Amino acid sequence: MTQATLLRQIIDYSSRADPYPLYAELRKTPVLQEGDDLFVVSTYWEIKSLLHDPRISSDARNLSPSAAGTLLQEEEEASALPPAFLRLDPPEHDRLRRMTMRPFGPPETPRRVHNMRGELARIVSGLIDGFGDRNRIDVVDDFSYPFPVTVICRLLGVPREDEALFHSWADTIAAGLDPDPGQDPGERRRVTQQARTELGKYLSGLIDERSGAPGDDMLSALVTQHGEDGQMTRMELLSTASLLLIAGHETTVNLITNGMLTLLRNPDVLERLRGDPGLALPIVEELLRFEPPVQLLPQRTTLADIDINGVTIPKGASVWLVLASGNRDPQRFPDPDRFDPDRKDNQHLGFGSGIHNCFGAPLARLEAQLALTELARRLNSPRLVEDPPPYRQNAVLRGPRHLNITFDGFHA
Amino acid sequence: MSGDGALAWLRREGRIVIVGASLAGLRAAETLRKEGFTGSLTLIGDEPHEPYDRPPLSKQVLLGHATADRTALPRRLALDAHWRLGVAATGLDMAAKRVRLADGDEVEYDRLLIATGVHARPWPHKSEAELDGVFVLRTRDDAARLQRRLAASPRRVLVIGAGFTGSEIASACRERGLPVTVAERGAAPLVGALGGVIGRAAADLQREHGVDLRCGIMVTALEGDAPGRLRRAHLSDGTTIDTDVAVVSLGATRNTEWLAGSGLGAGPRGIACDAGCRAFDVRGIVTDDVFVAGDVARSPHALFGYQFLSLEHWGNAVAQAETAAHNMISSSSERRPHLWVPAFWSAQFGVNIKSVGVPSLGEEVIVAQGSLSDRRFTCVYGYQGRVIAAVAFDQTKWLEFYQRQIESAAPFPPDYPSVDRRPEGLRPVPAEFPDPSLPTHGPSVTVSGYSPTDQRITFVPAHA
Ligand SMILES: Cc1cc2nc3c(=O)[nH]c(=O)nc-3n(C[C@H](O)[C@H](O)[C@H](O)COP(=O)(O)OP(=O)(O)OC[C@H]3O[C@@H](n4cnc5c(N)ncnc54)[C@H](O)[C@@H]3O)c2cc1C
Ligand code: HEM
Repeated sequence: MTQATLLRQIIDYSSRADPYPLYAELRKTPVLQEGDDLFVVSTYWEIKSLLHDPRISSDARNLSPSAAGTLLQEEEEASALPPAFLRLDPPEHDRLRRMTMRPFGPPETPRRVHNMRGELARIVSGLIDGFGDRNRIDVVDDFSYPFPVTVICRLLGVPREDEALFHSWADTIAAGLDPDPGQDPGERRRVTQQARTELGKYLSGLIDERSGAPGDDMLSALVTQHGEDGQMTRMELLSTASLLLIAGHETTVNLITNGMLTLLRNPDVLERLRGDPGLALPIVEELLRFEPPVQLLPQRTTLADIDINGVTIPKGASVWLVLASGNRDPQRFPDPDRFDPDRKDNQHLGFGSGIHNCFGAPLARLEAQLALTELARRLNSPRLVEDPPPYRQNAVLRGPRHLNITFDGFHA
Repeated sequence: MSGDGALAWLRREGRIVIVGASLAGLRAAETLRKEGFTGSLTLIGDEPHEPYDRPPLSKQVLLGHATADRTALPRRLALDAHWRLGVAATGLDMAAKRVRLADGDEVEYDRLLIATGVHARPWPHKSEAELDGVFVLRTRDDAARLQRRLAASPRRVLVIGAGFTGSEIASACRERGLPVTVAERGAAPLVGALGGVIGRAAADLQREHGVDLRCGIMVTALEGDAPGRLRRAHLSDGTTIDTDVAVVSLGATRNTEWLAGSGLGAGPRGIACDAGCRAFDVRGIVTDDVFVAGDVARSPHALFGYQFLSLEHWGNAVAQAETAAHNMISSSSERRPHLWVPAFWSAQFGVNIKSVGVPSLGEEVIVAQGSLSDRRFTCVYGYQGRVIAAVAFDQTKWLEFYQRQIESAAPFPPDYPSVDRRPEGLRPVPAEFPDPSLPTHGPSVTVSGYSPTDQRITFVPAHA
């Protein structure tokens, strides 16, 4: 097996259920060159160091023209919106992230996520109650997908009556990121683009409304804020809101689903969680290490030649940081292929690291903790219908497309 | 194999005594237990309190966001130790391996760890220091007293000395809406620790937050009224300031007086130890059973030409305590050097400041990222053509990278493009540290020569 095929194998759908043996293979070459312009980094310390390296850019405009055409880059949506701060470098990144953080977290709004706790718990209860008298559900469609979308709607201040509309755009955009081989790509792109446009129009209208009559939601706060950084432009508002929307649920769904799957594969841990909800915290951290929803970051480039681990990554190259592989690096985590919620010093890469580290991490953690605690507590003898479950196409935002389980009713 | 046998005995039933029951003492004790030490463990501390954390004292506690008695250090495991709190160690007999206590008791040891830290340098004129309204800030009790006084809305607070602690105190006072004057002998706040370039940014920051900042000036006298309350301060430029509160922040002195005459290499600059945390005696010979950690230690650092560094850094106290504890119960081949790269943080006027390396060694500085005028930047310091330190204002996430640059002695100035490099970051400028022969208000890192026993001749106490 040549190394070039190793990378293609990882992207190939057939390895989606268990890419980890391939990552182990990959780590034998911590910095692997693929073609002229692509470098794949798979070991913990190397990934960590590049995430903190100021010679690394997240801005696609710094890619060399040839690197811009490599694997996955073409997925970049032909969107009319300017890049959100995920794809910007300092100082623009820092300014926009700061402005977005102001109504979301410390120091200005330290209690936003904490204050959502009651509401999150109600949404979770409502979804579980909604299982009705069924004793078989799809964890994805019936629970872990609708939950974060509803949450992000509440966070942004989308009126309840519009949530259904929002869900359908989100579904379409998500499907666009999840290429189904059976579908015509041109058609899919058209449908996705249309959903984006409609979402943009909708958000734009919502922004108008909020600037006149602000509520206590985040969009209102972003529209009306006059901090030291001034105000966001309309375009910045739109791209930031879209970023939150997409980042906010394309990932959490997989964390919750991967969580349920992993708990069902480790019934002793599921049993412990049932007796001790406090265990949700280390379980979620271990999940972020063991089955991270964002498997790799394919969007970095180099502003200078960088020497790392005996390899020189040339300026303008495309760099992939395989977080999920770093999380299984035995140089960093003893017995890395074991799911162990009691693991000490679990500084995983599941939320990235450095200046782009996940903005929504406190919310995502709380969502996953509540979701798994309640599923564990309320479902009687849950069992997997099939293992492995069918996966989504996406190699980057990896997770099951369906997770069918059966159970013997549930508690109140 | 008798050496191995002795070590096994020590680990099983030896007696370890730790003097100084604060951050370094506690972390060392925990490490000893974690590494399997089952013998007797005694912690001696002159403060009546269980180990507590100091950084919040000049931050949350002064703001009234946390009370001083809520700063206890988290315990990582049960220690099963004898605690002798509220009693000072007053002497050391190295030959008999005994520590004398203020209450007349003596405690024998097989291994001793000294972690007695530092105390705040008091106002040099004793009668003035005793005026009601004159404070220092080092302990939990100091913080509680000062907090109560600030809560009583004094007319003005005078902070004497604009090092890190003084600047943080000024910041807390401004956040409480109190009028503040800061008097600093140097050209700018933080100048001893970070140099003149960043010092100017720190000065702007203070003034923007409404501090009446006076640099290049000394407080010459504190004046009280008949009942002994502080009323006024006199400055070297002939002016006076009416104030009810003065906080003396003139740096710290090592707690080594109790070791006078013990034969240990201890002086006002601290206790010299080797890279493995073993103390030197006055002859410059390393001891085998006395170890040192934390603020009281001076230890040679490989990255800085084996010069002896005295660091008043939280992270150093933890790392050095862990290394010392490990080495105390290990054979020589298993001992580790204390190779911690100096790092500390500070929070003031809404800015998070972090430093790695030894800025005060720097000859030149370059604004590698961001901009001084935005007050968001990362500065890199160079010494003899290599990177020696980096300091960030509100950009702390980059410092991991610069720490590796320091560790690998990367060339200075950095010759590569990076994100957020501005025009002002194209060329290095002089770092502008004050002449090291002039005393300053206790820079937080002091490089004090190459030899373990030279502290007799190099010590220059810092005065106001
Ligand atoms: C207000 C304040 C703010 C700070 N902020 C920061 C910060 O933001 N970042 C940072 O990196 N660092 C900061 N520091 C420094 C940090 O707290 C110290 O580096 C750390 O406390 C050192 O721990 P230590 O155990 O070595 O010494 P200490 O904490 O000084 O402890 C020594 C202990 O030994 C006791 N002792 C002394 N002599 C004797 C004796 N003869 N017998 C028995 N006991 C004795 C002392 O009373 C004390 O309890 C701050 C310090 C202060 C005071
Ligand atoms: C389990 C759920 C989640 C995971 C695993 C996850 C993972 C990540 C990762 C790995 C990054 C780093 C990207 C990079 O370095 O290029 C990131 C960034 C980001 N995440 Fe999350 N995320 C999750 C949930 C959320 C939620 C709920 C939100 C919004 C509320 C969110 C908002 C963001 C944003 C805005 C960024 C960009 C940050 C920046 O560029 O500064 N994420 N996330």
